[in-house]
Amino acid sequence: MTYVLDPDALAGGEAPVGGPAGTPPDPFADVTRSDAAFRAFLHGLPGVDAVGAQQRTAVLGTRSIKTTAKAWAIDTAISMVDLTTLEGSDTPGKVRSLAAKARRPDPEDPACPAVAAVCVYGDLAGVAKEALAGTGIKVAAVATAFPSGRASRAVKLADVRDAVANGADEIDMVIDRGAFLAGRYLDVYEEIVAVKEACGPAHLKVILETGELVTLDNARRASWLAMLAGGDFIKTSTGKISPAATLPVCLVMLEAVRDFRAATGRQVGVKPAGGIKTTKDAVKHLVLINETVGEDWLSPDWFRLGASSLLNDLLLQRQKLRTGHYSGPDHVSVD
Amino acid sequence: MTSLFEYAPALESRSIVDLRPSYGLFVDGEFTEGTGTPFTTLNPATEEVLSEVATASDADVDRAVRAARRAFVKTWGPMRPADRGKYLFRIARLLQERAREFAVLETLDNGKPIRESRDVDVPLAAAHFFYHAGWADKLEHAGLGPAPRPLGVAGQVIPWNFPLMMLAWKIAPALATGNTVVLKPAETTPLTALLFAEVCQQADLPPGVVNIVTGAGETGRAVISHPDVDKVAFTGSTEVGRSIARTVAGTHKRLTLELGGKAANIVFDDAPVDQAVEGIVRGIFFNQGHVCCAGSRLLVQESVHDEVVAALQRRIGTLRVGDPLDKNTDLGAINSAEQLARIRELTAFGETEGATCWQPEGDLPARGYWFKPTVFTGVSSAHRIARDEVFGPVLSVLTFRTPDEAVAKANNSTYGLSAGVWSEKGSRILSITSKLRAGVVWANTFNEFDPTSPFGGYKQSGYGREGGRQGLAAYLRGDA
Repeated sequence: MTYVLDPDALAGGEAPVGGPAGTPPDPFADVTRSDAAFRAFLHGLPGVDAVGAQQRTAVLGTRSIKTTAKAWAIDTAISMVDLTTLEGSDTPGKVRSLAAKARRPDPEDPACPAVAAVCVYGDLAGVAKEALAGTGIKVAAVATAFPSGRASRAVKLADVRDAVANGADEIDMVIDRGAFLAGRYLDVYEEIVAVKEACGPAHLKVILETGELVTLDNARRASWLAMLAGGDFIKTSTGKISPAATLPVCLVMLEAVRDFRAATGRQVGVKPAGGIKTTKDAVKHLVLINETVGEDWLSPDWFRLGASSLLNDLLLQRQKLRTGHYSGPDHVSVD
Repeated sequence: MTSLFEYAPALESRSIVDLRPSYGLFVDGEFTEGTGTPFTTLNPATEEVLSEVATASDADVDRAVRAARRAFVKTWGPMRPADRGKYLFRIARLLQERAREFAVLETLDNGKPIRESRDVDVPLAAAHFFYHAGWADKLEHAGLGPAPRPLGVAGQVIPWNFPLMMLAWKIAPALATGNTVVLKPAETTPLTALLFAEVCQQADLPPGVVNIVTGAGETGRAVISHPDVDKVAFTGSTEVGRSIARTVAGTHKRLTLELGGKAANIVFDDAPVDQAVEGIVRGIFFNQGHVCCAGSRLLVQESVHDEVVAALQRRIGTLRVGDPLDKNTDLGAINSAEQLARIRELTAFGETEGATCWQPEGDLPARGYWFKPTVFTGVSSAHRIARDEVFGPVLSVLTFRTPDEAVAKANNSTYGLSAGVWSEKGSRILSITSKLRAGVVWANTFNEFDPTSPFGGYKQSGYGREGGRQGLAAYLRGDA
């Protein structure tokens, strides 16, 4: 038996509180007062040593998750999946088929949990909404000229409003990476604030596209920027750029949400997306949460896995645990 | 309290290890009885007796030294260097092939987590043999003259903290340079050295090249004071090292000592905080702090002290302590009752001297030797916990205000084995590291080892280097 020395070490204190719309929560209310102030704040965040971050995730990657722990992890991972289709060739039929799978991922086992959400382009949000009616499964829509984000703010906001009008519960926006890399942080911030406002009641996930920001220092700064602007979730990637979700990036984002909650009391969710294909990958992410931010984030309300093919591997591993033998690709549905 | 995501036990199987009820000495290529009174070796995580081990008497040690001398004169010394290299390569490969067996046995005998014996100790031991195997036929390029010659018989005494790895650090360079060896493993951790003896047989190493004599301090004394030993190499406590230096003084023997440490791990306010916290944890809790180069003195810049200590305590709370054979264990057992008593004694001093002691909540296993990871804050350079080597999971936190003060405090130690610097500013790292009087200095990392990198100390941390080109000098006679 091994003992976690202090199970409460990562637990949070106060309940989440909201700041007034458009201004960052205390104690950071004044950091966006000018370009210079915001830049100084973001560049004043502690640096990230990339070698050290990789080392940490490599050690956590050796955690051995077996039997009951594995069963729990697989079910939890399934319940965190944002089942995604983001292709030019998507049709209402394809979305309905995905919705059916979202409701009952394993047709042979009603005990298998449903996924968290179905993620589609905004024009198909209505189809997804209808197909998922009454299930509690959320409809997430990508917007703001996904995936490049290269459009005027007016177009991006119209895109968001359209998706919300179509029934999206959650909006996955992309940040303006061009502006971020050019150092125009306040522009990026203001755009997120505007999108958040256009979202209305819909939850906002802010895609940082860390594969284009490249450094972990940038990933940390972009995480803080998105949280200060009011994002409900920070998300690694669009899935259209490689590398997408990597463990070191996810580690840095988890550290950011942990530190942000400690400072402001507001909890922000994390969503790695793209490149998480196997049960092993998913379990490594759960271990990373468990040992970086703790169990407060171990729920679909605070952690999502953006994926498509991952679900089938989770189902195969789940069947293996249940029956003792591997079935095969014909025992899970094709999307 | 149970957590949402409870890791089920993931035990490494001990069935791969064939533990014998008793072990003899390895002399002249064969396992033989010892004539001293046998002793037992325990699993410190459970206090279970693992095996009975022979004690080598003076006569046994003499037999071993004579076997080593014979091998030096007749087989190993005259052998073509490339052929010596082949034997070392063979040993390295056998260590890799039997890696799991070595890792499990090391964990059973020492109490260290299987994750560390599997991912650090055994791979590094193999790496040392690979590295030195490559040197065997290239010694004329080592910068020690055109034809450096071996010294003869090396008497080597190693500690219990990294039993197999320390064996590799000693035996690999000695053999690669053409010397033969009589090695005494620590009393509490003799088993992997005896398994290594089996590997020597498996590799067809000529008899007498490697001899393993087990026993306590008396046996070690016999090894180093034997008149026919040409070279003494010791890793262990400064106290014993001092007495060895006295014994060897005035003889023809060459001596290298790798002794204690009280390393400063310096964290500047521009450090990558999350990674620095990982480095602090790795620096002091790796191998339960049973590391001579452990970063046991945290020097943190006053402006980030509270933030770093809070982050450190949070991180320590997530450490997993318990069954060393569980693949998810981070912190294993203290190696012996004796060492546990020493750790308790020194930490008690810390509290009496007025430092603030912090330990995480939570349970320790009921049986075996255990000590919680401990952080002392408010420590002054005058406190014993800032000066004496604890050799356990106990960190002393001191503060500094300026770079000069950091250097002065870091160097204010009778030891000088290792140090660490954490800063995102390259120029600062270069300037600070050049002023630290320590044999190994890490920047933005800690407790990183590699056979190509020389390891050794300043001041009371000893003299001589192990590893790298410099490490060869300890086993060779140059022409110059």
